[in-house]
Amino acid sequence: MSTPSTPTPFEPVIIGFTCNWCSYRAADLAGTARIKYPPNVRLIRVMCSGRIDPTLVLKALSEGADGVLIAGCHPGECHYLEQNYKALRRHRLLQKTLAQFGIEPARVRLAWASAAEGAKFAGEIAAMVDQVKALGPLNWPARPVPEGRAHADEVAA
Amino acid sequence: MASDKQPEGQERIGVYVCHCGSNIAGVVDVESVARFAADDLKDRGVVLARDYTFMCSVAGQELIEQDIHEQRLTRVVVAACSPHLHEKTFRGVCERSGVNPYLSEMASIREHVAWVHADKAAATAKAKAIVSGTVERVLQNDPLEAIKVPIDAQTLVVGGGIAGIQAALEVAEAGYDVVLVEREASLGGHMAQFDKTFPTLDCAACILTPKMAAAGAHPKIHLYTWSEVEKVEGFVGSYTVTVRKKPRYVDEDICTGCGICVEKCPVLVVDDKFEAGIGYRKAIYWPFAQAVPNLPVLDPDTCTYYVGGKGGAGGGCKACEKFCPTVPNSIKFDQTEERVTLRVGNIILATGWDLFDARRIPQYGYGRLANVFTNLELERMCNAAGPTGGRVVLRDGQNAPKRVGIVHCVGSRDRHYNRHCSAICCMQSLKLAHLVKERTGAEVYNFYIDIRTPGKEYDEFYQRVLDDGVHFVRGKVAEITDVPFDPAEAGREVEGTLYVQVEDTLAGLQRRIPVDMVVLSAGLEPRRDSAAVGKTFGIACSTSGWFIEKHAKMDPIATMTEGVFIAGCAAGPKDIPASVSQGSAAAARVLNYIRQGELALEPVRASVLEAQCSGCRICNGLCPFNAISFVAERQVSEINAALCQGCGTCVAACPAGAIQGTGFSDAQLFAQIEGLLRDVQREPEAA
Repeated sequence: MSTPSTPTPFEPVIIGFTCNWCSYRAADLAGTARIKYPPNVRLIRVMCSGRIDPTLVLKALSEGADGVLIAGCHPGECHYLEQNYKALRRHRLLQKTLAQFGIEPARVRLAWASAAEGAKFAGEIAAMVDQVKALGPLNWPARPVPEGRAHADEVAA
Repeated sequence: MASDKQPEGQERIGVYVCHCGSNIAGVVDVESVARFAADDLKDRGVVLARDYTFMCSVAGQELIEQDIHEQRLTRVVVAACSPHLHEKTFRGVCERSGVNPYLSEMASIREHVAWVHADKAAATAKAKAIVSGTVERVLQNDPLEAIKVPIDAQTLVVGGGIAGIQAALEVAEAGYDVVLVEREASLGGHMAQFDKTFPTLDCAACILTPKMAAAGAHPKIHLYTWSEVEKVEGFVGSYTVTVRKKPRYVDEDICTGCGICVEKCPVLVVDDKFEAGIGYRKAIYWPFAQAVPNLPVLDPDTCTYYVGGKGGAGGGCKACEKFCPTVPNSIKFDQTEERVTLRVGNIILATGWDLFDARRIPQYGYGRLANVFTNLELERMCNAAGPTGGRVVLRDGQNAPKRVGIVHCVGSRDRHYNRHCSAICCMQSLKLAHLVKERTGAEVYNFYIDIRTPGKEYDEFYQRVLDDGVHFVRGKVAEITDVPFDPAEAGREVEGTLYVQVEDTLAGLQRRIPVDMVVLSAGLEPRRDSAAVGKTFGIACSTSGWFIEKHAKMDPIATMTEGVFIAGCAAGPKDIPASVSQGSAAAARVLNYIRQGELALEPVRASVLEAQCSGCRICNGLCPFNAISFVAERQVSEINAALCQGCGTCVAACPAGAIQGTGFSDAQLFAQIEGLLRDVQREPEAA
């Protein structure tokens, strides 16, 4: 786990949510085109950015991520017509919630990339990593697990 | 790490790390990743982990099959390339070996790691995290069955241009019913307006009309011209479509198409549709001579019966009705629009394009300077059946031009209007240059940015036009004006001269070329109502307005909505051969579905856990496919699995967590997050 006292430069760990149709394919294309970007972002594929429940973002932050990137199709190009607008609205709202939690809203970034924009996607990742590096580690207290409530297993059950 | 998490039952997971030759192994320490999976993820149910040169090879696949049998694997993780490449391959391996295909997952360590990172240690660490996340995720996967839906053989084709005609004929020839809906009064589309086709110069009508006639006469093709699709309900295999038939004011069943009504109609109006504004038609008219079906249509906006106040004092001339020889009379002044409901299994959209409105570029003077024409006007003028009988003349209708300037890329490749290349206008401009030269002997100038002639025999045609002696000036035209530039020019001014101001980028000069006719090669634009049409059919347009393909390269015919296909220019500018090919391709896709009889759909779907649903209905309005409805009796929302496309927006929105998305459930995503962050997870405080 990264702590501020670590002598090595801070390397954030970021979770990136990408949609199956645009941003995940943009990430694929960045790979095919061998465009280099920092290795700090770990991607999760969902079908649509509209699937991004704010609890997923909070879960990632509580599990140790220093930032979360949400990437969808460009507005107007959603493969499910307009669900990325829902991601946009939720992101706006989530940023307010984050501020109330004492988390810098800039830790959660929304980006658009079409399936043809490998270079743009790589650029978004680099920008996101810089942004979170500037903020430093997310020093949330250890994940509290209240009695009788747990995480994924409960949800799965 | 997720110490609160125990393996689910006795799952036995196999992890396979692919070298992909040196593609992955050159950057990622694949052996270390495999060791990590075998040792560190043992408590997560991993019973074996291997690295292998090419997992997708037959030997690689057999390796997994063998392990499934010998090691009794219950779930499989393959860390290799993107799932978009080989997910199907490894699902197939599982299925063949008796493991539900949806209990396998791919971890993308090539596109998302090896190819984008240079630091080997960091890349290896990231690959481990991804494998860990994928193992957690696969533990939460449910065995799924593909959803099977029956396919209704009747097919809807929207748009009766060349792409739509081709698609309809292909499906009908295979023996299945086709409903062909065309917005205009005749089949034909834009191709019917053209004179010659590049590069062969065969006459557009000569090659199009046989297909129009074949479609019109085909017993399996049910034609709805002068009609539009108003509503589409249902899903692949069983769509219910409402077609609105606009009133023609002519009885389709009685009219013989003799044309006496058209002959007798005294009202002459400018035909700004088919004749692009340079010809005339009557108030009751045929769209054009070879129209299919051979039925006239009456225009209530210009007919004296309606203009003079329907049945009022004037009552109109009713010449058409008086002279109509059929019994009973074919003219039906009181005809109203009709709605027809049809069942179809698949839909092909071939809705075509609109011409860029050249008036939007005021410095080119179209609509203000008489002798500035559009490419479409010149097409009509060149056409022997057109308003000038094939003579190329100035706006006065008499004199042939002596110097003609053809301006390329009007409204295309221009950030002020459209960024796209309209793909056909270079060749169309070359063809028009050739035709003008051939018919008038005029000096012809082509003003171009780049000449794009990538088709078969296209560049050869360009060479031919160069040999014709057509002038080519490379540069974007700045202005077309009738105002003389300087007094010297004014002195030698000739009535009607237009000056084309252009920077000749090859000569490095500003040039001012006097001509007496300018032709603007207006580009292709998406249909003005493409967004609304897309919404009707449940498919999306890009920001530029063209319909979006399922995959731009690998699946350009399908759309995100199963059972809705696109062909021709609806998805972007194309020439005739490409449109015809796409029409055939779309038909092939539909026939494939029809022949299968039923279709297996990816089971990525949302479903409501009724016990948890509070009936708040927040999800109802969110669904872009109207898949969610409220069941009043049980006070819960319900998702129609065949309509649902699995985007997951409702899953994210449900305040009660009552909606589960198979394939991307909360449990799967939460587990994947935990696995991905295994190396950085904050330990819970000691209780």
